[in-house]
Amino acid sequence: MSSAVEQVTPREITTEPRRSDRVFRGIVTAGGFSSLLILGLITAFLGYRGFEVILEEGFGFITNSDWSITTDEAGNVVESNFGLAAMLVGTILCAFIAVIIAVPISVFSALFLNFYAPNWLKRILIAIIDLMAAFPSILFGIWGFLVLMPSVEYWAKLINKYLGFIPLFEVKPYFVTRSPFVAGVVLAIMIIPIITSVSREVFAQAPLDRIQAAYALGATRWAMIKAVVIPHGRSGVIGGAMLGLGRAMGETVAVFTVLNIVFQVNWHVLLGAGGNVASLIILKFGDASPYEIKALMAAGLVLFVMTLGVNALADFIVKRTGKSGR
Amino acid sequence: MTTIPTPRKPWAATPKDRVRDLAILIGALVFTYYFVEITPMNGKLAYFSIFFLVYATFSGTYQGIKRGSAAAKDAIVNSIVVVGAVATLIPIGSILATVISKGYKGISFNLFTTDMSMATPTDPLTNGGILHAISGTLIMVLIALIISVPLGILTALYMTEIKGRFMRPIKFLVQAMSGVPSVVAGLFILSAILYPITKSFSGFMGALALSILMIPTIARTSEEVLLLIPSDLREAGVALGGTQWRTVAMIVLPAARSGLITAMILGVARIAGETAPLLLLTGGGDKVNGNPFSGPFGSLPYYIWKSFNSGSEEAITRAWAGLLVLIVIILILFISARSLSSRKVKR
Repeated sequence: MSSAVEQVTPREITTEPRRSDRVFRGIVTAGGFSSLLILGLITAFLGYRGFEVILEEGFGFITNSDWSITTDEAGNVVESNFGLAAMLVGTILCAFIAVIIAVPISVFSALFLNFYAPNWLKRILIAIIDLMAAFPSILFGIWGFLVLMPSVEYWAKLINKYLGFIPLFEVKPYFVTRSPFVAGVVLAIMIIPIITSVSREVFAQAPLDRIQAAYALGATRWAMIKAVVIPHGRSGVIGGAMLGLGRAMGETVAVFTVLNIVFQVNWHVLLGAGGNVASLIILKFGDASPYEIKALMAAGLVLFVMTLGVNALADFIVKRTGKSGR
Repeated sequence: MTTIPTPRKPWAATPKDRVRDLAILIGALVFTYYFVEITPMNGKLAYFSIFFLVYATFSGTYQGIKRGSAAAKDAIVNSIVVVGAVATLIPIGSILATVISKGYKGISFNLFTTDMSMATPTDPLTNGGILHAISGTLIMVLIALIISVPLGILTALYMTEIKGRFMRPIKFLVQAMSGVPSVVAGLFILSAILYPITKSFSGFMGALALSILMIPTIARTSEEVLLLIPSDLREAGVALGGTQWRTVAMIVLPAARSGLITAMILGVARIAGETAPLLLLTGGGDKVNGNPFSGPFGSLPYYIWKSFNSGSEEAITRAWAGLLVLIVIILILFISARSLSSRKVKR
C-alpha cells in the first residue's frame, strides 16, 4: 500500500467568465442586435427591390407627381411614370395638420393630469388614454369615416366661409369631402394619446423644489406652470410632437379610409384631394404589375427613411431634456 | 379634557366659494344658451366652444376684480386646461359608444361558430361568422409571440444585464424600430421572403410582419420591468456563487415574471388590430384555415376591412361587430396587463 497523498489541485480562482456565461452573453448580445439586423434588412431589401425604379426615375421619383404605368398585352412595360411628389406633400400636410391640432390639446390635458386633476381621476384618465393609444388604426379609420367626417366637413365649410381669403383655406373647385383636413383631424385624434403621455412624463419630472418655491413666492398655479414646468418640459413636448409626427406620417389604414387620393400636388388643406405614401401602397398594391410593385417598394423605402429620420430627431430631443436636468 | 384642534386648510374651498363657482357655472350655461339662440350659430360645436369662452370670461373677470390680474389669468388657464382634457376624452367616448351601439346588432351565436366560406359580407347577418377571423388572428398572434418574445426579452436583457458597449445605439434602434410604419414592415416581408422564397400569401408571412412590430414594444416594456428588479437580488445571486447565466435565469427573470407577461400582453394588444401588413401578406381567406403556411389566411382586421369596403348596410354592421370583438379583446388584454403590473414585483 503506497501512502501516496492524493494530489489535490487547488480550485483556480479567475475573473474569466465561465463557458456557460460566455454562451449566455453571446446569445443575449446576438439577440440585442436583432433590431439592428431587422432595420438593416428592411433598408437593404426595400432598396434592392426598388433600386431599378429609383435609378430609372432618378430625382423625378421625388419631384414628379404622376403615377402611371402602361403595359402591352404580354405584360411588358411600355411606359411608366412614377413620382411621389403629391404623396409626399400630402403625407407631410396631413401629418402637420395632425400635429398642429394635437399638440395644444395634448399639452393642456397633460397639464390637467399632472397639476389639476385629483389623484383618483388622474389614475382613471391615464388608463383611458393609454387604452386609446392601443386602439387599432382601422378602428380610427372606420369611426372617422362614418362618424367624424360629417362634422369635420361642416367645420371645414365654416373655416372656408370665414377664413377662405387665406390661400391655405381656399377651396377651388368647391369640394370639401375627404380632404387632408379630415385626415389630419383623424390623425390628430390618433396621436393625442402619444403626445399626452410623453408630455405628462416630462412635466412630472419638473423639479419639485422649484414648484414649491414658486408656490411659496405666492405664484398662482398658472404662474408656477409658466415659470417652472414649461421651461423644463419644452423640448420634451417638442420631442413628443415629433414622435406623433412620425406616427402620423406612417399611418396607413386610417388615412386611406378618409382621404381622397389624387395624384396632384395640393397645398389647400380643405380641398378634397390629398395623398399619403402609405395609403398609395395599399391603393396600388392590389392590381400592381411586378414592375409597379418595385416602385411601391421604393416608395416604402422613402417612407421608411422619412419616419426613421423624424423618430431619430424626436429621440434626440427627448433625450436631451432628460440629461439637461434643469 | 383636551380637544384636538381640526387643522385649518386655508387653501380649501369654503362653502361661499363653492356657491360662487356654481353661480358662475350656471350663469355661463344660461348665457351660452341664449347667446347661441339669438345669434345664427347652431350645433354642438357652437354650444361647446361658446360655453367655455363664456365660462373662462366670467370666472376670469370675477377673479380679476376680486384678486387681480394674476388670478384672472390663472382662472382662464384653468378652464382652457379642462377644455384640453375634455377634447382628449370626447373622441374615445364617441368611439366606444359608436362601436358598442352599432356593433351589438351584429353579435349573434352563429358569429362565433361559423366562417364566411358560404356567405358574402352583404348577406343577411344570420349567415356566416368570424370563426375564421378569430382563429386566424389567434394563430398569427401566437406565431408572432413565439418569434418576438425571445428577441424582445434578449434585447431587454442586453440593455439591463450586460450593459455592453452598444447599449446606447441599440436603445436608439429599438426606439426607431417602434416607429417603423406597419405598411413598411409588410413590404419588407413581401420583398425579402414572400416574393423570392414562398411566392404565395400565407398566415406565416403576416405573423412575421407582426413580430417586427411587436419586438420593440416587448423590448421596451421588458427593459423597464427588468430595471425595477433591485440589484441586491443580482448581487445576492452572484455572491452565492451563481454564474451570471444562472443568476439571470433563476433569479432575475422569475422575479420579473409578471412584468414580462405584461410586456407580452401589451405587445399582443399592439398587433391584434394591425391591418396594413395583413392586407399585403395574408390574402385574407374566408374559411377556417388551421395551416398558417399555405392558403389564404383570414384575420379579424382583414375581415373588418373587407366588410367595410363591401359597403352595404349588412356589411357595415359586420364591420362594426368585428370591431366590437376586436375592442373587447384589446380591452381584456389591457385590463389583464394593468392588473398584473399593478401587483408588486414578487421576490
